[in-house]
Amino acid sequence: MIKRYILSGEDFSIAGEASSSFKAVLKKLGIDAGIIRRVAIAMYEAEINTIVHGGGGECEAEIEGNKITLVFRDQGPGIPNLDLAMQEGYSTATEEIRELGFGAGMGLPNIKKYTDSMNIETEPGKGTTVTLVINL
Amino acid sequence: MKVSELIKALGLEVITESSYSDKEVNGCYIGDLLSRVMGKAQENNAWITIMNNINILAVATLTEISCIILCENVGVDETVLSKANEEGIVILKSPKSAYEIANEMGEILK
Ligand SMILES: Nc1ncnc2c1ncn2[C@@H]1O[C@H](COP(=O)(O)OP(=O)(O)OP(=O)(O)O)[C@@H](O)[C@H]1O
Ligand SMILES: [Mg+2]
Repeated sequence: MIKRYILSGEDFSIAGEASSSFKAVLKKLGIDAGIIRRVAIAMYEAEINTIVHGGGGECEAEIEGNKITLVFRDQGPGIPNLDLAMQEGYSTATEEIRELGFGAGMGLPNIKKYTDSMNIETEPGKGTTVTLVINL
Repeated sequence: MKVSELIKALGLEVITESSYSDKEVNGCYIGDLLSRVMGKAQENNAWITIMNNINILAVATLTEISCIILCENVGVDETVLSKANEEGIVILKSPKSAYEIANEMGEILK
């Protein structure tokens, strides 16, 4: 099963809705609560990054066989230094974004912690694709 | 402890219409940075914060915390309130500081 979500970069107030909606799908399917929790956290963080840093994009969430795969694509500025971006506390979030409660620099570390695999392809000026896998 | 008992014991104001009678609360997490809360808050925690914009609602849903406690008399606007009601999220309010609320909670949960 594949679910597709459009992640608008215009409206931060609906950020998190794709994650909430996919979580409800997993609940209906009777997926283990611990796994749902990990998917929810990882998906939320990636969704927010796509919206606030990537300028919006899309997400494909697939439940297939023994794993859940989440792919986030944006055509934003890309991540110039991935090692730096992965560090806890590193953030380029603007003051406006920080006022909303984002910008702790914990999103990517959270994603790493709660997924079984994480792959980021990014090119400055072109965009970023984040692929996450959680084993069932 | 039930959320209803917490409300009574701490004199919290209930600002949402969401049902809370069957909700358990097992401790709390204090924080205003959303991805900190996302990574650290546990299911059935009360989340004590001064953050009151609409983005707190997705965090509450996804972490499955039992309620949001806004401290230091922070309130929410109409948009946040109606969406919280729609989604069944419980928001409570208090003039006390996060420390005071957590401390009182700790005494009760001891
Ligand atoms: N899709 C993206 N496009 C461009 N830059 C990104 C993207 N995702 C992450 N980044 C960069 O990586 C940094 C670290 O991301 P991370 O999610 O860990 O923290 P944050 O988003 O700044 O804060 P938090 O997630 O704690 O609210 C960001 O500040 C940003 O510079
Ligand atoms: Mg982030």
